[in-house]
Amino acid sequence: MKKEFTITVYTENQVGLLNRIAIIFTRRKINIDSLNTSPTESENVHRFTIVINETEEVVRKLCRQIEKQVEVLKAYYNTNDELIWQEMALYKVPTDVIAEKVKVERLLREKGARVVVIRKDYTVFETSGHREEIETLIKTLEPFGLIEFVRTARIAIIKDSKGFHEKLKEFEESQPADELIENEYLNKQDEVFTM
Amino acid sequence: METLELIKEKKIESKTQNISGSEAVLKALIAEDVHTIFGYPGGAIMPIYDALYDYNDRLEHILVRHEQGAIHAAQGFARTSGKTGVVFATSGPGATNLVTGLADAMIDSTPVVCITGQVFAHLLGTDAFQETDVINITTPITKWNYQVTDATEIPSALAKAFYIAASGRPGPVLIDITKNAQVQKFDYNGYEKSDHIRSYRPKPIVRKEYIEEAAKLINEAKKPFVIWGQGVILGKAEREFAAFIEKAGIPSAWTILGLSAIPTSHPLNVGMLGMHGNYGPNVLTNDCDVLIAIGMRFDDRVTGRLDKYAKQAKIIHLDIDPAEIDKNVKATIPVWGDCKETLPLLTALVDNKKHTDWLSKFRQFTKEEIEIVIEPEMHPSVDAMSMAEVIDALNELTNGDAVIVTDVGQHQMVACRYAKFNESKSNVTSGGLGTMGFALPAAMGAKYGAPERTVIAIAGDGGIQMTIQELGTIMQFKIDVKILILNNRFLGMVRQWQELFNDKRYSFVNITSPDYVQVAKGYYIEGQSVSDRKDLKSALKNMIDHKGAYLLEVMVGKENNVFPMVPQGCSVAEIRLK
Ligand SMILES: Cc1ncc(C[n+]2csc(CCOP(=O)(O)OP(=O)(O)O)c2C)c(N)n1
Repeated sequence: MKKEFTITVYTENQVGLLNRIAIIFTRRKINIDSLNTSPTESENVHRFTIVINETEEVVRKLCRQIEKQVEVLKAYYNTNDELIWQEMALYKVPTDVIAEKVKVERLLREKGARVVVIRKDYTVFETSGHREEIETLIKTLEPFGLIEFVRTARIAIIKDSKGFHEKLKEFEESQPADELIENEYLNKQDEVFTM
Repeated sequence: METLELIKEKKIESKTQNISGSEAVLKALIAEDVHTIFGYPGGAIMPIYDALYDYNDRLEHILVRHEQGAIHAAQGFARTSGKTGVVFATSGPGATNLVTGLADAMIDSTPVVCITGQVFAHLLGTDAFQETDVINITTPITKWNYQVTDATEIPSALAKAFYIAASGRPGPVLIDITKNAQVQKFDYNGYEKSDHIRSYRPKPIVRKEYIEEAAKLINEAKKPFVIWGQGVILGKAEREFAAFIEKAGIPSAWTILGLSAIPTSHPLNVGMLGMHGNYGPNVLTNDCDVLIAIGMRFDDRVTGRLDKYAKQAKIIHLDIDPAEIDKNVKATIPVWGDCKETLPLLTALVDNKKHTDWLSKFRQFTKEEIEIVIEPEMHPSVDAMSMAEVIDALNELTNGDAVIVTDVGQHQMVACRYAKFNESKSNVTSGGLGTMGFALPAAMGAKYGAPERTVIAIAGDGGIQMTIQELGTIMQFKIDVKILILNNRFLGMVRQWQELFNDKRYSFVNITSPDYVQVAKGYYIEGQSVSDRKDLKSALKNMIDHKGAYLLEVMVGKENNVFPMVPQGCSVAEIRLK
């Protein structure tokens, strides 16, 4: 059964790696719903957060292919309930509408929107949250002359993750520690966290 | 203080040399124990070629006739020597001509390092003359690639390249060097080989518990069956492999890239797997109780229809590449690791067994195959010669000691089925990609990789014409390869499919040939063409005894088919004998 999975990839910071990772999906004609790159708590380690809609088996194989890339340190995949995740969105609305129709302002406040810029002609709001929340807000704003809208890729933190510091130390050893075996997931087949 | 400082500086000075990036490339090759380079010059790689002029005594450069020839030669070299092949090519068309070979080396796990020239760094992205985005073109078909734009990066980039190409599951690496980096002078502090990259784990750690579980399964098995691939050869684990199957007494069959890892005559060698493989191994794949796959990746040409593949069996999969486990066939017990390490551990835990009855089942199928397929192939009742009888006659002369390099098509399947081998690394073929045009250039490299051995390229009349220009390289460098063309005046393998599956609608498979003997003569290479059975043996003998390159064309039956055959979409057990 297909569902939403978030793949977290820890990598070296290297030109061209984005392409190497992206083509693992495109070669199999798998659509990437969202992709974010970010630094991590460890210096020089980068993090890709990729969201796709696929079966777990496909996702597991994709992660193996990703981990196979020379500059990839580790790839994990998780379902939504294993994650804290957020997306951010910016909305541009005509300022006069906002000023006139208090309803809109209240609505925005209820949704936890924040004003980023107010100009005579338009106001820019920002929200962050899950995609559904963002989508309802767009729907709500549309009748009020939403001028422009943009949403970021998902960023996610794995609930059970202890960060990458310790793992990185193991990677730096030329003789890797026992935990750093590529088939560690085999011991935890029912827990999805580690693979 | 002052004196100390001075001494220190002097010390560094004596170690540091101011050299060009190009020279650093050549020093890296020497440090990596490279002796032979296959390449072709051009504008963007001229500084490296200029430096090469002074290294002629230490590095032998083979000027091919097409860059595809260079990379196939490097592959052939890697296959017979067990070392990494090296290629030079220029930017743009030079680099794009490598693409087929890179894809071939990628899918067949062949260690190759390609060094391509690139336009000046400041011109990148300007559509400069002969600028191509080589890095992005080659990303999916390289294990690793990297663009160098500054000479100081050259030693470390090449050290990484050689380490990555040869370690773990080997593969091709491409280093693209901009022209400014080639000419740039920098302080060179010597070359240090790489043996660790923190994000790269060439070998998964061996887990004892899985070895134990695997051994338990094997010891309980009544009908265990080993299928092996090139992993055994790449892992240099031929002895460990033989020790394992001999102790456990398990019949073993090979993929075409695993061929020659153990001698053809080994009593436990039951033959070839897959679409045109032997009868027993295919049928009994669906009868065994434990299937032990070693260094192979369950290619669809081996498995046939997956949902009917070895469903009754427990599967033990030994592989160095974690991504291969469960990719096509789900493993009951995965044994991740280098088989050079895992096999001895497994051997220690398995019981000494014979499995005589089970083995004799394979023999029964062999008997049937001999009767229905092999005997008629070896001794045709018609005048036209069969490919099989040519290979059979060749066996008699080589005694299985030659390196056989095949192209792609019917002759490849026939050669793999019938050629005899005594030694590992003797069968060179394009397996995963099935690249026509592979044999001739690969044979040149194979000869450099194994100079003391007889190297025979076997090609069809289609494939030979794809890279026939390499006769020029063979001529110029006096490469002693024997070229055997099995001419059926058709693109045989495609014709066979059209006959069997498209109602004999022979659509563009009729191919004409030049007078090969004349062509060879034009290149000052001796040759002969035979079409009569009575001339075959002496012609083959002439070819093998001849000092230097030789071309022999053998006219074979036009519409012969390769059997047995697992038709596409069928299970291995549905293999057809005719
Ligand atoms: C570069 C390339 N193009 C096309 C094919 C498809 N193909 C596979 S076998 C074959 C026929 C080969 O004919 P020939 O070289 O005469 O060998 P034969 O099968 O007759 O032994 C073709 C066209 C291929 N494998 N490689």
